[in-house]
Amino acid sequence: MSVSLLFWVLIALGAAGYIVGRKKALVSAGGNQLGLHSLVGYYGWSVALASFLAGVCVIVLLKFAGSFAEVFSNPALLTIAALAAALAAFALTFVRIDKDFRARNYVEAMVKGLLFTASLIAILTTVMIVFSMLFETGRFFSQYSWTEFFFGLNWAPNFRGDSDLGMLPLLWGTIYVSLIALAVAVPIGLFSAIYLVEYASPRVRSFAKPAIEVLAGIPTIVYGLFALITVGPLLRDWFAQPMGLGNSSASVMTAGLVMGIMLIPFVSSLSDDIINAVPRAMRDGSLGLGATQSETIRRVVIPAALPGIVGAILLAASRAIGETMIVVLGAGAAARMSLNPFEAMTTVTVKIVSQLTGDTDFASPETLVAFALGITLFFLTLCLNVLALYIVRRYREQYE
Amino acid sequence: MTDATATAAPATSDPSRTQRRNAAEKRFQLYGKLAVGIGVLALIMLLGSILSRGLPAFNQTFIKADITLDAAALDPNGNRDPEDIRKVLTFAYKPLINDSLTGLAEQLAAGPVPEATPDLIAGMISDAATATLRDYVIRNPGQIGETVEFEFLANARIDQYLKGNVDRESAAADSRVDPIQLDIADALQESGAMEKRFNLDFIIGPDASENRPEAAGIGVALMGSAYMMLIVLCLALPIGVAASIYLEEFAPKNWITDIIEVNISNLAAVPSIVFGILGLAIFINYMHLPNSAPIVGGLVLTLMTLPTIIISTRASLKSVPPSIKEAAIGVGASKMQAIFHHVLPLAAPGILTGTIIGLAQALGETAPLLLIGMVAFVRDHPGSLPDGLFEPATGLPVQVYNFTQRADPAFVERASGAIIVLLAFLVIMNAIAIFLRQRLERKW
Repeated sequence: MSVSLLFWVLIALGAAGYIVGRKKALVSAGGNQLGLHSLVGYYGWSVALASFLAGVCVIVLLKFAGSFAEVFSNPALLTIAALAAALAAFALTFVRIDKDFRARNYVEAMVKGLLFTASLIAILTTVMIVFSMLFETGRFFSQYSWTEFFFGLNWAPNFRGDSDLGMLPLLWGTIYVSLIALAVAVPIGLFSAIYLVEYASPRVRSFAKPAIEVLAGIPTIVYGLFALITVGPLLRDWFAQPMGLGNSSASVMTAGLVMGIMLIPFVSSLSDDIINAVPRAMRDGSLGLGATQSETIRRVVIPAALPGIVGAILLAASRAIGETMIVVLGAGAAARMSLNPFEAMTTVTVKIVSQLTGDTDFASPETLVAFALGITLFFLTLCLNVLALYIVRRYREQYE
Repeated sequence: MTDATATAAPATSDPSRTQRRNAAEKRFQLYGKLAVGIGVLALIMLLGSILSRGLPAFNQTFIKADITLDAAALDPNGNRDPEDIRKVLTFAYKPLINDSLTGLAEQLAAGPVPEATPDLIAGMISDAATATLRDYVIRNPGQIGETVEFEFLANARIDQYLKGNVDRESAAADSRVDPIQLDIADALQESGAMEKRFNLDFIIGPDASENRPEAAGIGVALMGSAYMMLIVLCLALPIGVAASIYLEEFAPKNWITDIIEVNISNLAAVPSIVFGILGLAIFINYMHLPNSAPIVGGLVLTLMTLPTIIISTRASLKSVPPSIKEAAIGVGASKMQAIFHHVLPLAAPGILTGTIIGLAQALGETAPLLLIGMVAFVRDHPGSLPDGLFEPATGLPVQVYNFTQRADPAFVERASGAIIVLLAFLVIMNAIAIFLRQRLERKW
């Protein structure tokens, strides 16, 4: 029996369980609903849910076990086991139904179990991410030396084998692009947050704040296209070529600038919250002593908000490191360690995309390296996020 | 006490110092204004650049031509049997178009463009024309032998010439267009045989190959995106709401709950490409779901959107005053009943708003879809539900990426046009979210 058919059978069984469970409860109370412990529907639900959930649990468990041992992936076994479990749960619950049976508590315990399972999916996702990548990374390191991966200065994959897969040029490109992006986003984001919180009239604020926040809702592919067709050629024709720095429209500068624009709303809305959280009394104290507004902001508000702002910058940095589409379309594909910002360089995310798209062979180190890059990226951003969340949380507690 | 105010004058202050401080104050404000200005300017430039390049994609050049559907070529057996007509491939339709253009070529050669030949005019018509013609003949076998007026898409170069992106200088250097064809285009436009109008096929039609940019559409991508959004909605909303209810209302304060909480806030900040790797490793390599199928894309996007939905759902559950739950418990409801019958309905508008915003995010996501193979060239629309979920499709943002990877510059217009469609959907979704928030959300 196919799994989808099995599901329908389980649903039918559940429906039957609802009818007979309800009936038996009513009969046990002599047809008088008031004689029952719970509302009469709960008796029906107790049988229905118990049998359906038992069946589904068995299906999920067997499917999972089947991926480890061939014995469990037999479809006949699956059908029989699931139906047996569902019928057993059906019978066991049905036998217990009586006018004093606490059907509501029974049903609610099952629902609570379902809610808990749903919340475990978040953990399951993380576990799947880490395990899938660790497993493939292990296979990669069994074919390629890990010292050469982490410390190699040369990236030259060659699908006939014998490739150089050093990560450092990719890491350098990632860091260079991110630094330029932060150099654009942090001053602009921070100053616009300060202006909007401290100076702007409600009218300006009501227009400018949403306009900047719209930038956050634009998909990154749009920024990527903007880099590719507008910013790249512009930088090439007006800066790189006249200054003799290169002829490539894809460059670290292109990707960095556009990514900076993408991060402006991120920095500004986080800083906005943080600056707003600085207590009014601190500003009033400074203003009362005769400081101008800008002196108050520079000497009192910003120092007080500094930990929060640092947290916001770290979060922005983690965004920048993990950003993919802007660098795929804007930064180029050549792995290079150079200081010239108008040269095309490549990043970790670009190489993950290029190694995993097209014809891939999941046994060769040239494909598996993407998983090693992925897990490096994952841990890098994880560390930044944890650090940033920790700093922000401690900062919030300070003023609460 | 009246003279106290008089002595408060700043006797020691140095006027130049005050000036300096005031100047610093002005400068500081100016920096703030500049920063806001740059932010707004960036938005305007971004949208302006996309709109100006993308809007022309919706209008395309069509060439009118009378085509004689030669019975000898199209229905060799002469019995109008649909099976036999289907056997005639698009290849056989090419000479038909050339032959039918002889009259027009002679007419042009006698008048404004002496160099005009039927081949040159046929070269101005999109390569997709033969397929259009064949589809028409298969649908209307009765028309064989007649002369029918058709409107064909013009070749991308001619289309771009009418839009002002190709001139005689660039045409001379281009092997795919002849400057004479531009003269013919001018003449045809004057006579009304060629015109620019709205092209619906761009929105609903499938993608086309590398050298036919004029026929490329985003229909498959739209369907793929719609299927993926459906999966995200059906999975992320119930799971997200269930998880939020547990964490907000039932979770005991212990280490498991702490781990889940930290986990969710971290998952929200994991780079999207990592979810793509997860999808590739788990859903495709391990569970053997089909490559490039909306089901895989939908599952990956569900995992990605889940933290967003959980965070916003918890916020709206939290905003319902506890007194409502307590009142329900006070009159004998269980905690579960109080939550499902009272708290959840009151939080529903907020949950819906959060879900729409999460969906909008998922709709624009590109990187994870690249890794699970949705970037492949897909010619056919996926089938209807539920089987269509397992058939190859692309997504709207991936289609944009796909267009940008092609050599022909005419695809830039297509990519920008596709982005306009994407942005239109995002604007609609966000507008609905804002509307719901303002209309339905209650302030307590």
